[in-house]
Amino acid sequence: MADCCSGGTKLLYSCSGSADVGKLADLVTRKLRDDGYARMTCLAGIGADISGFVVSARGADENITVDGCPQACARKSLERIGVAPLSIVLSDMGYEKGKTPVTDELVRTVAVKIMAGETVKTRPVNTGSACGCGGNC
Amino acid sequence: MKLEILGTGCPKCTKLEEVTRKAAGELGIDAEISKVKEIDKIMGYGVMITPALVVDGVVKVAGKVPSVDEIKKMISK
Repeated sequence: MADCCSGGTKLLYSCSGSADVGKLADLVTRKLRDDGYARMTCLAGIGADISGFVVSARGADENITVDGCPQACARKSLERIGVAPLSIVLSDMGYEKGKTPVTDELVRTVAVKIMAGETVKTRPVNTGSACGCGGNC
Repeated sequence: MKLEILGTGCPKCTKLEEVTRKAAGELGIDAEISKVKEIDKIMGYGVMITPALVVDGVVKVAGKVPSVDEIKKMISK
């Protein structure tokens, strides 16, 4: 549901890649949404340059990406539109691509770690916008 | 030109409509201005934050109320 006037809008994106860690990223992101951590939206809408998704990312107070592997496709997709998200990469948490069977328990465990702040969040240097505002202007 | 104000009716949504009407008026643009309050339609644009302004089907801004001059730029291109 679209936020109205409440401020503090946090949008959440998953890479949802084809590997096990991509699947884990997807399910963890949905779990985070269901638990009220942030509002999930569509990374594909960003990639497809759908104006509503792009403008929403630029207008959000915080954008958070959950990627499975170091390719960080979700983070880079946001950077391409001039937005510097908080980036969570599951491989940085020790979940290795191709060696991470996805279970309900693992999804819960990873989601709890993220909500508890027990993970590395990085904010890349934004190079995508001319003014350097992070897309918030 | 078709201008749509997306929002459920909050004060910021009302303000966005006001400044949009003012901008269109000052530019002398013959615009069809409408309000979209239905969440399904708002989400259909991919908009996650309101208020938002849609110009001829393209979302120009979401989550804030631009100035009259900023809106003029958005609708005069």
